Amino acid sequence: MSYLPYLLAVWIFLVGLFGIVRSRNFIHLVVCLSVTQSSTYVLLLSIGYVKGGTAPIFKDVKPGTKAVDPVVQALTLTDIVVSVTVAALLLSLAILGKHRAGTMDPEELHPMQG
Amino acid sequence: MNVIYVFSIVLAGAAALAVVLTTDLLRMAMLASFYTLTLVIFFLLLQAPDVALSELVVGTIAYPVVLVVAILIDRAE
Amino acid sequence: MTRRIRLTVFGVAAAGFAALLIWGTLGIPDFGHYRGRYGQILNHAAVNERQTTNTVTAIVFDYRGLDTMGEEFILFASVTGVALLLREQRKDVPRPRDEVRSEAVRAIGICLVPAVLTLGLWVVAHGAITPGGGFQGGVILSATFLLVWLAGSLRTYVRLTPTPYVDLTEGTGVGGFVVTGLIALLIGMPFLHNLLPYGLAGKLSSGGSLPILNWATGLAVTAAFLLLYSEFLEERSFVIAGKHK
Repeated sequence: MSYLPYLLAVWIFLVGLFGIVRSRNFIHLVVCLSVTQSSTYVLLLSIGYVKGGTAPIFKDVKPGTKAVDPVVQALTLTDIVVSVTVAALLLSLAILGKHRAGTMDPEELHPMQG
Repeated sequence: MNVIYVFSIVLAGAAALAVVLTTDLLRMAMLASFYTLTLVIFFLLLQAPDVALSELVVGTIAYPVVLVVAILIDRAE
Repeated sequence: MTRRIRLTVFGVAAAGFAALLIWGTLGIPDFGHYRGRYGQILNHAAVNERQTTNTVTAIVFDYRGLDTMGEEFILFASVTGVALLLREQRKDVPRPRDEVRSEAVRAIGICLVPAVLTLGLWVVAHGAITPGGGFQGGVILSATFLLVWLAGSLRTYVRLTPTPYVDLTEGTGVGGFVVTGLIALLIGMPFLHNLLPYGLAGKLSSGGSLPILNWATGLAVTAAFLLLYSEFLEERSFVIAGKHK
């Protein structure tokens, strides 16, 4: 039972991969990619948890009380904001693909054409 | 491991499955935002307020706007 | 290779991969028994060394400031990519008539704009003390301008965020980070060494050059998201107007 957060990360990763493989629309594909990426945040934060620890903010709290690991939180924080920008770049690629080829279906777009 | 941890983990797993299995695009955008909210609850239970604030702000403001406008461009053509 | 064959192959591969991942997670220490040393040392030392009460922000902007600079460059590069892909000659495309007509929506929008602006500035400024910082507050500040579009019309939003100024703000934000590091290099200290005095923990101006980096990041993130919104919205109005020609 104590491995449940790690199993959640594995589950979300596999569900996202399944969505990418089965997808019929580029926008749906980008959202599934974003779900897959969020599984890494869950894994990182679950590793850093300390039982009985509090948040690593020490205003009005004596420094030295048991707190969870702050390094993994710092890694995850910047990653969340930047991943939205990358998803926007992928969506603009999908829009351009629609302009050129007329379809948003990955099955109908062949890599080499013309 | 309390009941509330198990509940939030199950909720997040179910929301991820729901996002992947939806076919209608606008509903998928709403469900993606809801999945972000379930992750915020889980991050708060893991004692990470900075990360929860970041995910909340992104999942409510930036991500749905970009997604919905892309879906509308797709529909307008 | 039809779709069914592809899905079957994926199913087999995913089963093997899942078994490997689950076997891997059984080797991680139990949930709640973290054993790393770096995080514990920083928890004990950050308040006294750098005079910041928020350890996470101290790590993001001070102890691991170089990694945050790399992330800002990722942000800058992807926003430049979006601008390159979607920015066309749009000078003679009419804007759609999409003014919001409901009085209640307009009233709520007008009342919310100063509240959200104050909240965004507060979250950015208090990054060193409470949960917050440049990244979170930057997105909230971009929501201020988004409310102008949602409760008004696209014309107002475009007039409020002219593209040359938004580009300039984003460049200032990302460049300010690098310039702060280079100034430390010119003095003779290592790159991104702290320039300002440390101050007292719990006050707004504390933590060396953390306030400068914090505000630079806030500016960069705000401008990046404003650019993203205006690119997508103008692309949509271009598509709608092109269809009606």
